[in-house]
Amino acid sequence: MSVSVQTRVRPQAVAAPPIRPGQRRARLMLGATRWLFVAPATLFVAIFFGYPVVKNIVMSFQDYTTKTFFTGEAPWVGFANYAATFSSAVFATSVINTALFTAGSIVMQFVIGLGLALFFRRNFPLSGFLRGLLLLPWLLPLIASSAVWKWLLDQDSGALNQFLGIFGVPAIPWLVSPSLALIAVIGVNIWLGIPFNTTILYSGLQSVPQELYEAAALDGAVGIKAFRYITWPSIRSVVSVVVILGVVYTLKVVDIILGLTGGGPANSTQTLATNAYHQSFINFQFGIGAAVSNVLIVVSFVFAMIYLAMTRKAVDE
Amino acid sequence: MKPRFPEHRRTRRFRTLVGAVAVLAAVPLALTACSGSGGSSSGSAKSLTIEDYYAASYNPIYQQCAKTVGATVTINHVAGAGLIAKVLQQASSRTLPDVLMLDNPDVQQIAASGALAPLDDYGLTADGLVPAVKAANTYKGKLYGLQPVTNSIALYYNKKLLAAAGVTPPKTWDELKAAAKKLTQGKTYGFAMSNINTYEGTWQFLPFFWSNGGDEKNIATSGAAQALQFDLDLQNDGSMSKSSINWAQADVNSQFIAGKAAMMINGPWQLPLLNAAKGLDFSSVPIPTRTGEPTVAPLGGEAFTIPQTKDAAKMKLAAKFVGCLNAEKMQSTVAGITGNVPTNITAADAWATTHPQVASFVTTVKTARARTGELGPDWPKAATKIYTAVQLALTGKASPQAALQQAQSQNQ
Repeated sequence: MSVSVQTRVRPQAVAAPPIRPGQRRARLMLGATRWLFVAPATLFVAIFFGYPVVKNIVMSFQDYTTKTFFTGEAPWVGFANYAATFSSAVFATSVINTALFTAGSIVMQFVIGLGLALFFRRNFPLSGFLRGLLLLPWLLPLIASSAVWKWLLDQDSGALNQFLGIFGVPAIPWLVSPSLALIAVIGVNIWLGIPFNTTILYSGLQSVPQELYEAAALDGAVGIKAFRYITWPSIRSVVSVVVILGVVYTLKVVDIILGLTGGGPANSTQTLATNAYHQSFINFQFGIGAAVSNVLIVVSFVFAMIYLAMTRKAVDE
Repeated sequence: MKPRFPEHRRTRRFRTLVGAVAVLAAVPLALTACSGSGGSSSGSAKSLTIEDYYAASYNPIYQQCAKTVGATVTINHVAGAGLIAKVLQQASSRTLPDVLMLDNPDVQQIAASGALAPLDDYGLTADGLVPAVKAANTYKGKLYGLQPVTNSIALYYNKKLLAAAGVTPPKTWDELKAAAKKLTQGKTYGFAMSNINTYEGTWQFLPFFWSNGGDEKNIATSGAAQALQFDLDLQNDGSMSKSSINWAQADVNSQFIAGKAAMMINGPWQLPLLNAAKGLDFSSVPIPTRTGEPTVAPLGGEAFTIPQTKDAAKMKLAAKFVGCLNAEKMQSTVAGITGNVPTNITAADAWATTHPQVASFVTTVKTARARTGELGPDWPKAATKIYTAVQLALTGKASPQAALQQAQSQNQ
């Protein structure tokens, strides 16, 4: 984070002496210099973040098709794209699935991630090696891991069902049953998200001073109590970062779902992100695709606002 | 100290806001594709740029025609899934190649954008080619693409497994159903096809759908329902794995090679893999129809088009080049390298006699139908409806009739 930069710059600005009329030029220069420092960041944000968002919003009000790319003509259609989006049956399914997918993934990723982070805090032989191994899902290309999972979860010849078969469990249609597919996809996404959660939470745990635990132990706070009164309050800011980032990352997941089920069977794993991808890059309805992804942006924005509110509260305290 | 605090908070808020915008910017999906180097349009009319999603094995074909028309060629192979995105990007930056290969159902879509030149202007026609080629590549009465070779799908069968079960290759649905049931033993399913929720699933279901009178303008008809019921029956009989709704055509092929399916629907592009499989003795027949009448299967294969590059001399040379690729003799060369079927009817017939492995595809291609023949650029919507209906029916979410109605009325 750039906190240190800010604290270094600020005193300088405040410490500037009152300016006399003869120093107007110098003051102008100082103002210009300040803006010059801001300019690179502003330009970067405007070009790489501002422009795509604005373009996406404009696109959602246009009939933007393959033709547009050649002719440059994109007739203005008002809210027609949004009307088409909201009235489609797939949209309602997508919203529900997105909510289930995100909530399910985040809760489980966090719980397992925190458990593992706590576990790895006790240094034991090979703990470093195991912690490195834990990063594996994160290091694999998503398309590769989803292809492997697709094979593992196959109903007839998948490794998981073969294994369960040893215990007499009948073949489970993981990816082909509309009621199970979403659960299977969430499961794979949890597997993928655990390294992120574990790593960040582990580093958060490392920063909790050991003396606190020693002092608490004297007062009789050990085990669950130590976690409740020392660990949790100390890593709360890390937790909020992990959860909010997790939500934003999970909302936009496309590759895993496309790799595993392609949104199927019968749209049962279709989320807002896969829906937007499908509209834009398969049906070539870029306007409708933009409308769907704007809904996604609004949802992400809400979470970003929650994050802001939380961090501000933390500062006030 | 006091006045500093609110100010500090404001800058902090601004900073986090910028951060939030940064996070949000990662979300929108409708972004321009990664930029790549476009073909340069400068140079004399002696050089051509070609763009396709084939492998390097196609290069000798291009070199041969380059020699014929007296040009040098720069070949650019793009990954299959990325071609359309690349073409759209090139269309907006006016850097389209001189010769562009497109999957045939995409030709009308791109032609509708105005990015392609009509081939009629250069005296190229689809005369003598299987009729579906003209239908697939004609937009508003003008021809925009030519396919030297094409493909379709047929019913492959494992000779050993059929002989062991005493089954002859089926010609009708009843025969197929009975054969599949009889061939289903232990870990082997009698029949496999792809019913996946992509255009591949639609493509594989089309022979049943079209041959039984189904039509993409309105998919909720009794003929279509009958076809979908047949597909469902195969699954309900246990003759087809329930996983077929998540299998791409390559997965179906793997099942067949592994001996886990005795019959499968697939195309001639699988022949190299099938021939390489040790101990696999296979053959193919056209896909059975309900009454035993000729199959109406979808026309596959890619077309060569000439993008509007504003360089008249180059476009003329490109037309010559496409004409060379499409010449009867050249078609056989291309077919030999790619394993596909020549589109020229006489060349195709000759090819069938010398290449028995593709004979069933030659038969199928002659009566094949172009996916975009009826709806043109609106085909993707219909294709989505068709696979949606298949998925709804096979997952048991709706009866075939209800699934088709639901998909037809669905606002995609």
